[in-house]
Amino acid sequence: MMLLSGDPPRSRVLTLVLVVIILALAATPFLFPGAKALNVAAKICVFAALVASYDLLLGYTGSVSFAHTMFYGIGSYAIAIALYGMGPNWAAVATGIVVGLPLAALLALAIGLFSLRVAAIFFAMITLAVASAFQVLASQLSWLTGGEDGRSFQLPELLRPGTVLVSKSLFGFEINGRILTFYLVFAVSALMILALLRVVNSPFGRVLQAIRENRFRAEALGFRTVFHLTYANCLAALVAAGAGILNALWLRYAGPDTSLSFSIMLDILLMVVIGGMGTIYGAIIGATIFILAQNYLQSLMGVASKAASEAGLPLLPGLLHPDRWLLWLGLLFIASVYFFPTGVVGRLRNGGGHKSAGASH
Amino acid sequence: MTELAATDPLPKPKRDIAPILLPIALALVTIPLIGSPSTWLTLTAASLAMGMMIFIMASGLTLVFGLMDVLNFGHGAFIAVGAYIATLVFAPFAASVQADSLWVNLAVLAPAALLSMAVSGALGLVVERVLILPVYGQHLKQILMTTGGLIVAEQTLYALWGPQIIPMPLPTSLRGSFILGDVAIAKYRVLATLIGLAVFIAIQLVLNRTKLGLLIRAGVENREMVEALGYRIRRLFLGVFMTGSALAGLGGVMWALYREQVHASMSDELTVLIFVVVIIGGLGSIGGCFIGAILVALVANYGGFLVPKLALVSNILLMVAILMWRPRGLYAVTSR
Repeated sequence: MMLLSGDPPRSRVLTLVLVVIILALAATPFLFPGAKALNVAAKICVFAALVASYDLLLGYTGSVSFAHTMFYGIGSYAIAIALYGMGPNWAAVATGIVVGLPLAALLALAIGLFSLRVAAIFFAMITLAVASAFQVLASQLSWLTGGEDGRSFQLPELLRPGTVLVSKSLFGFEINGRILTFYLVFAVSALMILALLRVVNSPFGRVLQAIRENRFRAEALGFRTVFHLTYANCLAALVAAGAGILNALWLRYAGPDTSLSFSIMLDILLMVVIGGMGTIYGAIIGATIFILAQNYLQSLMGVASKAASEAGLPLLPGLLHPDRWLLWLGLLFIASVYFFPTGVVGRLRNGGGHKSAGASH
Repeated sequence: MTELAATDPLPKPKRDIAPILLPIALALVTIPLIGSPSTWLTLTAASLAMGMMIFIMASGLTLVFGLMDVLNFGHGAFIAVGAYIATLVFAPFAASVQADSLWVNLAVLAPAALLSMAVSGALGLVVERVLILPVYGQHLKQILMTTGGLIVAEQTLYALWGPQIIPMPLPTSLRGSFILGDVAIAKYRVLATLIGLAVFIAIQLVLNRTKLGLLIRAGVENREMVEALGYRIRRLFLGVFMTGSALAGLGGVMWALYREQVHASMSDELTVLIFVVVIIGGLGSIGGCFIGAILVALVANYGGFLVPKLALVSNILLMVAILMWRPRGLYAVTSR
């Protein structure tokens, strides 16, 4: 209870699902052998933390930011550039963290002070413009960021796959640096999500929800809304940069496609809405559903597309082509905003109940 | 306060001309920086054409926001759809497009543009009914719904046309430039500027000289009051939304001809540009949108010539500068 900051899942099914997801993630190296399963599990961990930090903004303050991947990218690039430039040692990892996190927070502060004074839509438009400028900048400054190719780098000795910590003869499993990296990603993501849970259940989190429900009233009660919103924006940026660091460490690479592109921003939006806005737990569910679908639904669609083209149906092969899976997720997204604004978590908690996270004006 | 007799004319609102002077001042200041007057003229003409195209695309967005407080994040989809529809007309009449006669070329171009506008407008009807009507007055859901709509539209375009870039050659008679002394101005840019001006004048005439325009302007100012007077503002809004979508389609065709290619991702790239213009101009203001579009184009062209690296972020710098000066855009129309 202490660990969850007094905000348990509040639904038996939800608790069960969450426990299953977390246990499965924790046991992935042993239950599902193979590189792909481990990659999927690590991606779920990273995105669960990233989406949870976005939920702090979207679900708890009701402000739509399109610059979240920018902070994620700052984290990724900071660690990648540090490890690339200083060589694979822990000092480089520390440098990346020490530079990346404050940079993300400062930028979030600047954007927040500049645009959170006005309406939510203004904030959305300005973050979109800033994020797109940042993306162009990152791909143009190729001496620093490696341009479109990005930066590949080596990890410190301890985290490399070649490092055997516990040999196979002892337990029947080999525990190597790769698995250690996975547990690092898992543990840090879990910590960040628990920290966010703490934030949203603090008095500060209450004020954020008050601002979401009625900004004018919150202001009339004497809360400095711009301060609160900017603070939340900085916190979300910090966690997003943290998730970016984990992502780069796991991939041993940072590039525009894996950490900055606008499609990641859309992925985050889809995950948070499908999982359930304003719940934090929704982030875990949304990330799991989305990334499993991304990795396994696509092959299923490929089979269906082939079957449709063999049966000679018009149009269907194109619509079912594996590259078009976003089309179906987009439709699912619209349907879930419309029919289940509280997402999977809200549905499980009280059958689509009364606590609407969507009404902000 | 001075006393007014009933027969006195209403006091005229004070004209705010500072924003109008801004692009002119910007253009004049850059003359010595660029040096050669002929280069300056070419750049300025290019900016005007680009600005007009952006204005055509952005005008619908700003009106829709002003009238109904609806922000359409999927506005870019109409642009892409318009461009794709035009390729449908261009492909079978490739011979007429290549013919070296202005009239034959226009005979393909005009129907293509009209068809694009019709399809984009019809799509606007569907989007308004299906995506926007259910979430009236809820900003957060509007942004989410229309973003979802953008994803679906883009993916559908990919599914129907494939992911490759479709070339869209300029008609032969619009290639090349008018040469005046040592100044070269591309013919297509002149046409684009003329169309843009025509659209701007038409919108201004409708807004300022017709009853319809009166209702729209009144609606922008105070929606409830217009409703209370018995006008069906939802229907008015639907009309504005469809017109805005159709104009976005027209802008899409023009932009595709300007770039001579069509790709579904053009909607992403242009959405950002349009948002910057709409923010600079002040949400809901057509005049502000017009000036904003020209400013963005001027800064992009001059910046690209003077400091190429800076041009990438010039839009953001311009937006920051304008918002420092006037936090709600050049012309703040709405009280929101």
